[in-house]
Amino acid sequence: MNPFTYERASDSQAALTLGAQSGAKYLGGGTNLVDLMRETIEHPVVLVDVTGLSCAIEETGDGGLRIGAGVKNTAVAADRRVRERYPLLSEAILAGASAQIRNMATVGGNILQRTRCGYFYDDAAHCNKRAPGTGCDAIEGFNRMHAILGASTACVATHPSDMAVALAALDAVVTVAGRNGAREIPLVDFHVLPGDTPHIETVLETGELITAVTLPPGLTGRSSYRKVRDRASYAFALISVAAILEVQDGVVKEARIALGGVAHKPWRANAAEAALKDRPATEATFRAAAQAEFASAQGLRDNAFKIELGQRVITDTLLKLTALQENR
Amino acid sequence: MHFLINGSEVELDFDPRTSLLDLIRERLHLFGTKKGCNQGACGACTVLVNGTRINSCLALAVQYQDCEITTIEGLGAPGRLHPLQAAFVEHDGFQCGYCTPGQICSAVGMVQELKCGVPSYVSEDVAAEGFNLTDTELRERMSGNLCRCGAYNGIVDAIQDTFGTAEAEPSTREAA
Repeated sequence: MNPFTYERASDSQAALTLGAQSGAKYLGGGTNLVDLMRETIEHPVVLVDVTGLSCAIEETGDGGLRIGAGVKNTAVAADRRVRERYPLLSEAILAGASAQIRNMATVGGNILQRTRCGYFYDDAAHCNKRAPGTGCDAIEGFNRMHAILGASTACVATHPSDMAVALAALDAVVTVAGRNGAREIPLVDFHVLPGDTPHIETVLETGELITAVTLPPGLTGRSSYRKVRDRASYAFALISVAAILEVQDGVVKEARIALGGVAHKPWRANAAEAALKDRPATEATFRAAAQAEFASAQGLRDNAFKIELGQRVITDTLLKLTALQENR
Repeated sequence: MHFLINGSEVELDFDPRTSLLDLIRERLHLFGTKKGCNQGACGACTVLVNGTRINSCLALAVQYQDCEITTIEGLGAPGRLHPLQAAFVEHDGFQCGYCTPGQICSAVGMVQELKCGVPSYVSEDVAAEGFNLTDTELRERMSGNLCRCGAYNGIVDAIQDTFGTAEAEPSTREAA
């Protein structure tokens, strides 16, 4: 680990001032960043500790919730309002990492965590994300965990977060503070596809700090976070599905779906949603919608199975949500 | 910098790169807390910070100044074992013992989470009032602690024996 200066920010303004220094990086729970520094993938010269800032979950006044970026993952998942009004978010957080890590990790850090692609972590491997222009060893390497949607010839890494997949389905909005004031970015637009610049992962500008995530009001219907992985607990997703489904008189009134483990960002399934709206809530509809979403999917040597798996998980998740509503 | 470790005040200076785990082992010479993977995958380094379990290997010590840190040495000692330590002996909850301090600190933190109503991935309804410590819940909640000897059945028995009645409220999960 390279030497660095540690600074604890007393408030957001102080954090922005400290964060404007060359080579500065914000530090949350450290569960990803400390590991990356130890592996010499990240080498900040100043760490600005922001864990004491933005630690509340507040009502927005219109029925939504504003979650401070410094709130620990466990605290979000255990919050009574989140559990009752946004159970999808609790479920997604609880599907990720281990209890110890969730107790450390912050909301802001979770969103900004980096891919767990083994070639990104291995500084002897070629990786356009870690060292732009050097190539990608994952494309013809071990790529079971890699992307099948929205990937490029430069990078096939996936975003590892479960929480962010639920936030994508919930239409969450990220609030970001910068030296020129605050701005709001829909979670689905916060992360970017790799293209030929996979080292750029978000629309965040240098020195900007995530301060909150806002959940809009009005979640209706049933929701579910379904995660498929290589072991029953404490593993990254092969495929995960965050789904919100509202069925009325046997017809899909609204469907919101986001996928994890498939792309460089939490993947909002727009094609599937369009194929579901106002259609009969049947297995055939669900299967067709899932097919529509994966129409452009491309498999690699080890991960092509995820194209079929993803469709089955979407279909099954929607069937179970429909059954729940019919039995209400 | 100031720490409160197992009830004792500690004042010391160190490089900010020092993990809480290395501080505990190398500077304070408390060797109960173990370094397994050093990357948050195995849980052998689990300690309690203000009663909450964390992986001390991923924690920069500098972030935990003025916190109350409890290691396995703070839970029990030869002659005055913590009830869970005694239960691990009783139920063969270990073979080599390397993961055991982390397992025990983790289980103590886990029971606290259960008391505070924290749900888990296997909880049928995350909005339920409380959660019973079924074996399924226990195994999911302890999944951040690996035992390469595979003493899991003994570990589950020891934790159930010690904390099994910690959450007596009826759970909607059981009633459903």
